[in-house]
Amino acid sequence: MSPEYYLILAAMLFCIGAVGVLVRRNSIVVFMCVELMLNAGNLTLVTFARTTGTIDGQVMAFFVMAVAAAEVVIGLAIIMAIYRSRRSASVDDANLLKA
Amino acid sequence: MNEALQIDWGGLAPLIIVFAAAFGGLLVEAAVPKAVRLYVQVGLAVAALAAAFVTVTVLLLGDKQTTAFSIEGTAIGSVVLDGPGLFLQATIAILAIVAVLLLAERRTTRGGDFVAEAAVVADSAADIQQRRSDGATEIFPLTLFAVGGMMMFVTAGDLLTMFVALEMLSLPLYLLCGLAKRRRLISQEAALKYFLLGAFASAFYVYGMAMLYGFAGTVDLAGINQAGISSGQPRLFLYIGVAMLAVALLFKAGAVPFHMWTPDVYTGAPTPVTALMAACVKVAAFGGLLRVFNVGLASSAWDWHLILTVIAVATMLGGAIFAVTQRNIKRLLAYSSIANAGYLLVGVIALGEAVGQTMFYLAAYGFTVIAAFAVVSLVRDGDEEATHLSRWAGLGKNSPGTAVVVTILMLALAGLPFTSGFAAKFSLFAAALQADELGLVIVGVVSSAILAFPYLRVVVLLWLNEPAPDAPTVNLPSPMAGTVVAAGVVATLFLGLFPGYLLDIVDQASIFLNT
Repeated sequence: MSPEYYLILAAMLFCIGAVGVLVRRNSIVVFMCVELMLNAGNLTLVTFARTTGTIDGQVMAFFVMAVAAAEVVIGLAIIMAIYRSRRSASVDDANLLKA
Repeated sequence: MNEALQIDWGGLAPLIIVFAAAFGGLLVEAAVPKAVRLYVQVGLAVAALAAAFVTVTVLLLGDKQTTAFSIEGTAIGSVVLDGPGLFLQATIAILAIVAVLLLAERRTTRGGDFVAEAAVVADSAADIQQRRSDGATEIFPLTLFAVGGMMMFVTAGDLLTMFVALEMLSLPLYLLCGLAKRRRLISQEAALKYFLLGAFASAFYVYGMAMLYGFAGTVDLAGINQAGISSGQPRLFLYIGVAMLAVALLFKAGAVPFHMWTPDVYTGAPTPVTALMAACVKVAAFGGLLRVFNVGLASSAWDWHLILTVIAVATMLGGAIFAVTQRNIKRLLAYSSIANAGYLLVGVIALGEAVGQTMFYLAAYGFTVIAAFAVVSLVRDGDEEATHLSRWAGLGKNSPGTAVVVTILMLALAGLPFTSGFAAKFSLFAAALQADELGLVIVGVVSSAILAFPYLRVVVLLWLNEPAPDAPTVNLPSPMAGTVVAAGVVATLFLGLFPGYLLDIVDQASIFLNT
């Protein structure tokens, strides 16, 4: 099957993720949208590994997955700490710095 | 292991030392009794960074131009040990030593600026109780991991190594931002903002890396440069890749329009962490930008020159104009760091001509800004920092010593002669003129003039205003923070009066490998 389909799918996933980060208000959902963008990057990497005939792209996808897992740990720790003191995970409620 | 793979352990030594000390610090947390843990951690961190600095200096003096890994004589560009990489590693190491001393300060506020147990719910009874106890010492291993990531970032010769280094420097910083003891809600909010926007930016990085990989068939920077001339792939891949990559790197550097996080995070994070970010992260981010654009994208300069010029102009003017309206010293320093990012971008756009001068600027600015944040942490209303500018009125009457220090630092940040700020701006703009960037230099000079106003206003406030009856106290620093302020002021004056020594060094160290 033609690799363009995969590239277009990845680009759509990336855009959905980016729009989600900008419009959603729950920090967990925002974070999930970031993960969607990272996976769009992974899909692109694997597709290009196929078109360029090298396996570098597949190896890089593993690196991105490992780093994304580390990012989840840090992110959920921060969101948890905020949720426990505010009882809310909305990014709109975190507004003390706007003054 | 593959027999044919050769590893230059000596060249990797600085990175190995810092990461080993970071893991050692984690063991110290588990094994060493609480009473002496602070001293062990600070000693370990400073010793490791000093050892890394010495090792890098030896490598730099050896005039090394090589890569750390090679297969049967063919270089693999994942870690590149060239002049700019090593010089920036040395700069990061020495600035990090200064920042670690500031992190360890425990006298200006009892127990230090950091929370003892971050898991305790903010503002609960248990949290109020733990304000009296000493801050957590986990911050030192976290700092070492971040510094190790920065040192890897400036020597990374392919996009994948750069991505791993980028995350390694960012993740500990997100946590450090949220560990303030006072105003914990604000601190956690800063951490959340920095984290969400940082993760957003790294997603852009991954997608940009994937696009450049599709264009060039490799993520090696030299290979991407080659592909810019000869690749048969659609040029659209290159455009998307460069744009996405630039978004991520400019986010870390704090350039307009990716700067929104800077004032909030600088204000919310504990002041020593802000100092670390303003100095070391800036060096790392611009080290990465310099390498990506000089080594990887020089052949496609025509494609990105205009858009980067627009961003540089917006950053210089935006940062300076917003700085004028600030009433909080930490927000003022944040906006001025944005404007400074704009001047440094001029150095990036000028490519090979200005690499050395950009590195000089980074070193000079780093020392001044760390000392400035150190002074901010000394001026206090009770337990809180007195960050509102009106509270600083008449400081010269009550504590002339501190006011003199602040004056020197403000004059340096405003770029007046005989300070490092002037020498750095002058040499950077001169180099940009050599590269035919007259328009950018004019905007830069106008922006510097605007930016001088808020700083000089602080100086006037210090000396010509009467102090309020309830003026904030200037806490006497321990030798730790005292050293930080002294080092910053000495470096500011020395680099201002005798810039020639360091300029000679950066001139010799300004050639990237593979360009």
